[in-house]
Amino acid sequence: MAQVAGIPEAEVERQLEQLKKDRIFLGWRPVLDLSREAAGAVRAVIEVKITPERGGGFNRLADRLSRFDEVESCYLVSGGYDLLIFVSGASLQKVASFVSEKLSTIEGVLSTSTHFMLRSYKEGGYMIEAPAESSERLKVAP
Amino acid sequence: MANQRYIARHVVDLPKSGIRDFFEIVAKMRDVISLGIGEPDFDTPWHIREAAIYALEKGKTHYTSNLGLLELRKAVSRYVAKHYAIDYRPDNEVIITVGVSEAIDLALRALIDPGDGVLYHEPCYVSYHPSVTLAHGVAIPVPTRVADGFSLNVEDLAKAWKPGCKVLMMNLPCNPTGGTCDRARLEKIARFAVEKDLIVLSDEIYSELVYGHTHTSIAALPGMKERTIFLHGFSKAFAMTGFRIGYACGPAELIEAMMKVHQYSMLCAPILSQEAALEALTHGESDIEAMREHYLRRRDLVVRRFNAAGLKCHSPGGAFYAFPSVAALGKTDREFAYGLLEAESVAVVPGSAFGASGQGFVRASFATGYEQLLEACDRIDRYVQTLAKGKGLHV
Repeated sequence: MAQVAGIPEAEVERQLEQLKKDRIFLGWRPVLDLSREAAGAVRAVIEVKITPERGGGFNRLADRLSRFDEVESCYLVSGGYDLLIFVSGASLQKVASFVSEKLSTIEGVLSTSTHFMLRSYKEGGYMIEAPAESSERLKVAP
Repeated sequence: MANQRYIARHVVDLPKSGIRDFFEIVAKMRDVISLGIGEPDFDTPWHIREAAIYALEKGKTHYTSNLGLLELRKAVSRYVAKHYAIDYRPDNEVIITVGVSEAIDLALRALIDPGDGVLYHEPCYVSYHPSVTLAHGVAIPVPTRVADGFSLNVEDLAKAWKPGCKVLMMNLPCNPTGGTCDRARLEKIARFAVEKDLIVLSDEIYSELVYGHTHTSIAALPGMKERTIFLHGFSKAFAMTGFRIGYACGPAELIEAMMKVHQYSMLCAPILSQEAALEALTHGESDIEAMREHYLRRRDLVVRRFNAAGLKCHSPGGAFYAFPSVAALGKTDREFAYGLLEAESVAVVPGSAFGASGQGFVRASFATGYEQLLEACDRIDRYVQTLAKGKGLHV
């Protein structure tokens, strides 16, 4: 990173630390093709309708739901529902029981609509299928 | 060999491209990191490719007007007015061509009578000299120097000029040197062109890729629009090399003359490429900026690493080529390039492939991903240290 940015390594470290301190840089994570993992995780996206609260709106409930380990991401969205939650679990049953036993029983959660993901085509900016024979550039060209 | 006698004299005499034999060797090697490629490493942005697919689905498979799709010419006219401050009429001052290469060929064939002189700065793109020869003109190189950042000096131009010169060809920013020309220098060149009644062919294919300054086109200077053919295309800024699409803008009579040659040789540029080009101009300007930022970072990276390794390298003002000097290592540019290829499997192009003034330099393209670029810099560093040790040099 220092080489590419053209600054000393110590400066990269310092800026990263600052970004962490400011809670802008939250962490690294790899982008994986989960379908190629032997014990593939089950993932689902859940539309959740919740009741807003005086003083806090959707925040307290959204924060509470986000704390579950099963929840990978949670967004407040406009439209027909309030929260869009991405969850993952070791099996279909595990995700289903999270929804039925944890998520939907919380006071303030009005309804949920769960969509299990069947196949991923693009993940974190990467196309899942190997790029179709990325056309070879000439090795030397004028 | 019996058929050799049928081949036209001027084609027989055409020298082989200085890159060709080098390419043959590199092509056979495996795991080479090539810094020898004169095209963007980025794929064409998806929305542009998608526009070509859509056009194909819609059955856009027919000829277009010789000049090119009017809608594209209008878009070109708007783009050139916005970014270069030159106004061209889409109906008769713009022609869509098969890349800038065809535009250069058309312009030379339209302008040159046998024996007319064509001045061009050197080192330069490999096809300039042969294109002039093929148009039966006389190519007259004007040297540019590393001390000036390979900019073009009017004094050198004046020295090279002789009676019978009709055309001045320029490519700024320049392949292979990355050289650019500031407004003050351009103004002197413009005055010289007026004084000597030269037509200027200004190949501005790298003009979006300038770093730390704004590009000025010579066609935008007072009195120059009427004696300049502005040549541009989509290959570099929009990463569309394989689409082979470009354009020329200029005075109506000159565009008309170029169109005559174009209609009898090419008829029109491929319609799918024209449709893709229209999408690029309409929605693609942010793509340029994103790619330019990467080139800028990479330029700074390779220039810093080359200089640290002991390869004297000026910081190119534009394009995506570093052009370091290898003279201090006691090797010719060809020896260096072949040696580097053999020892470290890194391909750079010998500077002499771009004309005599390129001797002692090599062209290293930084249109290559960061990982490969960093690895190539490590290998070049190692090779230079080995050479220096052998010579007892301290680099």
